[in-house]
Amino acid sequence: MNFDFSDDQKLLRKTAHDFLSEHAPLSLCRAVLESDAPYSDTLWKSVAELGWLGTAIPEEYGGAGFGHLELAAIAEEIGHALAPIPFASSVYFATEAILLAGSPAQKQAYLPQLAAGARIGTFAHTEQAGEADLGSITAAFTNGTLTGIKWPVADGDTAHCAVVTARQGADTVLALVDLSARGVTRKPLRSIDPSRSLAELRFDATPAELLGDAASGAATVQKIMDRAAVLLAFEQLGGATRAFEITREYCLSRYAFGRPIASFQAIKHRLADLYVEIELARSNAYYGAWALSTDSPELPVAACGARASASDAFALASQEMIQLHGGVGYTWEFDCHLFYRRAKYLGALLGSAHQWREQLVQRLAAEEQ
Amino acid sequence: MDFNDTPEEAVFRAQVRAWLDANAERLKPGERNPGLEGRTDPGAIKRAQEWQAKKADAGWACITWPKEYGGRGATAIQSVIWNQEEGRYKTPPNIFGIGQGMLGPTIMVHGTEEQKQRYIRPMLRGAEIWCQLFSEPSAGSDLAGLRTSAVRDGDDWVINGQKIWTTGAQYCKWGMIVTRTDPNAEKHKGITYFIVDMQSPGIEIRPIKQINGTSAFNEVFFTDVRVPDKNRVGAVNDGWRGALTTLMNERHSIAGGGAGGPDFRDLLHLARTTNLHGRPAFEDSAVRQQLARLYIRGKGLQYTAYRTQTALSRGQTPGPESSIGKLVGAPLRQEMASFAVDLQGPAGALIDRQAAPEEGVWQQMYLGTPGLRLAGGTDEILRNIIAERVLGLPPEIRVDKGLAFKDVPTGPKAQ
Repeated sequence: MNFDFSDDQKLLRKTAHDFLSEHAPLSLCRAVLESDAPYSDTLWKSVAELGWLGTAIPEEYGGAGFGHLELAAIAEEIGHALAPIPFASSVYFATEAILLAGSPAQKQAYLPQLAAGARIGTFAHTEQAGEADLGSITAAFTNGTLTGIKWPVADGDTAHCAVVTARQGADTVLALVDLSARGVTRKPLRSIDPSRSLAELRFDATPAELLGDAASGAATVQKIMDRAAVLLAFEQLGGATRAFEITREYCLSRYAFGRPIASFQAIKHRLADLYVEIELARSNAYYGAWALSTDSPELPVAACGARASASDAFALASQEMIQLHGGVGYTWEFDCHLFYRRAKYLGALLGSAHQWREQLVQRLAAEEQ
Repeated sequence: MDFNDTPEEAVFRAQVRAWLDANAERLKPGERNPGLEGRTDPGAIKRAQEWQAKKADAGWACITWPKEYGGRGATAIQSVIWNQEEGRYKTPPNIFGIGQGMLGPTIMVHGTEEQKQRYIRPMLRGAEIWCQLFSEPSAGSDLAGLRTSAVRDGDDWVINGQKIWTTGAQYCKWGMIVTRTDPNAEKHKGITYFIVDMQSPGIEIRPIKQINGTSAFNEVFFTDVRVPDKNRVGAVNDGWRGALTTLMNERHSIAGGGAGGPDFRDLLHLARTTNLHGRPAFEDSAVRQQLARLYIRGKGLQYTAYRTQTALSRGQTPGPESSIGKLVGAPLRQEMASFAVDLQGPAGALIDRQAAPEEGVWQQMYLGTPGLRLAGGTDEILRNIIAERVLGLPPEIRVDKGLAFKDVPTGPKAQ
């Protein structure tokens, strides 16, 4: 039984932790949140130089040639730092989609640039409020062009390329689009977490190429979502852990009625319960990472558990963070709202915990057949 | 990450399986060993003792104990492997857990050489069964508030008072009891720990009828019960130290113990075969959300156990995550049972084995699980432990600190 990260993976995580502690303090997240900048370009360049963007990209395509366990370890630290960079869009979505379904030529064209951070990629899927099911897609791919509207698209305001879900006749397909091509209109949308941006993308007969074949398009979309679910779970886990750490510290230093508030059972038990939820989420995320890294047939079920557990844990941690800070937790000046916003942003990005729980039951039922 | 055994673990597992194949019958798919409910039946006790002796003869009893006491000096991960494998075979209820899991380890740490020589081997063989005399009517979560007294009289001590929640007192040969020996000292400092012969004159055992109708627990009354001083474990008035060793082992064994009873697969089956709004309950979205929640929680717990086993496999002490098992597991099982009974509609009110769905197993679990949340540390005490020992939060402010035990406020009832 070895259900833990290896020493090398832990070292990688510690390196990431130390780097981000120094170069991505919460004040950096706040600076992006309070400015018009869509992300921190300085941090993006550093992260690219450190090779993190290409963690799971093979060396032949300019990556580090590691696996998904290494990427999960870094994702947790990205989440822990509330790093204000398009890491998720570019790495868990665009890069993973191209790794999964790209032709050798597409890999050669895109992956080295994504690994170097010279290009930012994203995934454009939803077109309306509510669950983004494949049946509701109206964007159309015909004769090498894409037409349709996608919103909200994470980092759609700044991304250079996008993997876009579309219809081709009766099939669901994935289109790979250069966002500097003709017929692309971007409209930034205000995000609940302004340290992470959202936009609307309009395509009007925009040149695009198929990513993967039409027959397996729907299955590929699901695989992309499952993989991203596990990696995002690690970001959420990192965020929840950080929220917990800060809240614990605050409760130890805040005195009321002549004693630290962390000495009251009403507070201790809430912190204990929060700790439990985070540990359960961590265990579910680890299982997801194992399934992802071994390409296990358990991935579809494991991804649902990891995602729902992590979404709930981060949501709870960010809510408890404000509540246990009391009045100051509701001020702009304190950092609690950075977590409260990021938790909802990440929770919404790939569909809610409710949606993933429903998905889980469908998959358990399918397994039983 | 890799869920396979290391080569050494695989060799050990094969060795375990070979012995079990030769000495026990494998459970068929879907078949379960009976729970602990039937453990007071003399036939079950005899079968349990025979199985234990068979294991002891072959060196498969209490395998983590040192060889000199009949164990095999096995590692913690080998013990996990043994338990996993034994769980796949038909075996009688394990009625030795309190002795072997908690009291034996206490005697090995705090007992005299003579005590170790006298008690450990018969305990390991199951020839002598042990019980734990800790809780009292007014000392539960606050165990150190215990009032049963022991007074020195020549070479003996004389014990008076009452213990409660004693599992198996009616069939045990020995018990370990914590007593008050100095009411003038602070409450933790006037406690002494003894081994007591349960057949001693002056001991009266009354079974407690629980809410599920069974009587696994007892009240034990002590009236001038004499215990020789050589049965004292640890120094006079230093018994709290030994008691803590016992309690630590208790939480470990409750969290690690398989709870038995129906599981998530059974719940899924129930949701498919009962109706709600004119279609299988399984198709109702609220039911599906709840199923998913329970599944994810159960899996979170299972994978947390994998993390603990990983630490054990590496010969490390498990991290703080290992402390959440009982706090999550007990309420989860209660919630599962309550949900399953709800799915049965009006028939959920039946506990009749002939008429109730699934022979009433969910109703049994519904009535049994409240006890799990209390035994061996209530949910609330476990939260305190996590808060203080894992998260490093300040301890409770104690109003009884520095007071002699006899001056500690006890409320109107005990006056």
